[in-house]
Amino acid sequence: MCLAIPGRVIEIDGDQAEVEIGGIIRRASLALCPPVRVGQYVLLHAGFAIQVVDEEEAQETLRLLQEIGDIGEIS
Amino acid sequence: MKLVSEFRDPQLAAHLIKAMYRTSRRAVSLMEVCGTHTVAISKNGLRQMIPSPISLLSGPGCPVCVTSNRDLDKAIAVARQPGVILATFGDMMRVPGSYSSLSKERAEGCDVRVVYSTMDALRIAEANPHQKVVFYGVGFETTSPTIAASILEAKKRGITNYLVLSVHKLIPPAMKALLDSPELNLHGFICPGHVSVIIGSRPYQFISEQYHLPCVISGFEPLDILQSILMLVQALETGQAAVHIQYRRGVREEGNPVALRTLDQVFEVGDAEWRGLGLIPESGLKIRRKYRSWDAEEFLDLDVPAPRKAPGCLCGDILRGIKNPFDCPLFGGKCTPESPVGPCMVSSEGTCAAYYRYERYRVQDEDRGRRGEVPQLKPAG
Ligand code: SF4
Repeated sequence: MCLAIPGRVIEIDGDQAEVEIGGIIRRASLALCPPVRVGQYVLLHAGFAIQVVDEEEAQETLRLLQEIGDIGEIS
Repeated sequence: MKLVSEFRDPQLAAHLIKAMYRTSRRAVSLMEVCGTHTVAISKNGLRQMIPSPISLLSGPGCPVCVTSNRDLDKAIAVARQPGVILATFGDMMRVPGSYSSLSKERAEGCDVRVVYSTMDALRIAEANPHQKVVFYGVGFETTSPTIAASILEAKKRGITNYLVLSVHKLIPPAMKALLDSPELNLHGFICPGHVSVIIGSRPYQFISEQYHLPCVISGFEPLDILQSILMLVQALETGQAAVHIQYRRGVREEGNPVALRTLDQVFEVGDAEWRGLGLIPESGLKIRRKYRSWDAEEFLDLDVPAPRKAPGCLCGDILRGIKNPFDCPLFGGKCTPESPVGPCMVSSEGTCAAYYRYERYRVQDEDRGRRGEVPQLKPAG
């Protein structure tokens, strides 16, 4: 029940947004979401955007995972 | 799908598992509190990939499963009231209460509707002004802000026939209850990612400070979970106990202040009854008096018979992490997803349902860790 899925905001109209998830457009309320811009990703849960996804942090996590692999190759 | 598929890369997963084999020295028990993590672990076969000294226990983080029979019976009594439409999330429909379930009640003529969002329930209320629409509010901190937002919206739009029956629960007090129980020997927590999107990392601080156990807030893709397990194993091997965030793309230390404010505006903390854990002080959310016009408890005069437990069902023990589904004699025989005896088999996030769907035929290779082998990754089922 605590599932939330990342989707890209394609339109904002007041506290409503259109969010694209894997090619499907969904309407979502922004009433609970910190400020967000078109083009950013949000986590969608039960019809609400509950957070803006930090894409830089996502890249940073992936870089770290790659690094763990590189250390493994050397040792 | 962007921000999802990158975190399913089998090559990086293999790196993480190798790193785990290099780091893991002693037997440890880690609990994944959240049901969505339980499903991801089972579905991706992670339990069979990690070194065998690391055991993963499922916790009480499935809101459907921890709803007590008393609270289920209450929702059924509400649905039976004349002039009431009961709206709820789909997961609640087939959960057996003491004597019935919402889907049985619907078959017998009660007006019970499944909604995807509280906003749908508000629309039903607007379209049926002569009926009371009662939303059965079940869920943790991820979901309760959406219910709070619906009450604020009902107030704003002057919708007076929308009511909420709140059985919302809070995760950190349940973790404390587990830690205070002598039955469980835990070494660390994989903390729920989407609850933490809302509450942030600070509410878990007491676990590292008072109980000296490490916590890692984890995302839900296989790489997220594997990295979280590695972070916990590293913390345990070096004797550190702190709260770390693995799911940095979604979780900030302070959580989501907009959602927290909304939650606090509408709800106050109260005691709550949990299946398996009993009454936990200050572990639930009650609607504040200011919003009592939308509180179903204020309006419905309910006569609910004393609750009854399904004989033989071990859900309570499973939710406390002291038993697993294979310990239950009913698992897979008398109890299946088609004909469930307890909620852990009904809910899509229930531990028994996850084991039934994905782990029934998998065998844990106890020698694997000692041989130092890294198993091959199987594609997600
Ligand atoms: S297998 Fe069925 S009866 Fe056994 S604990 Fe799980 S839900 Fe309860």
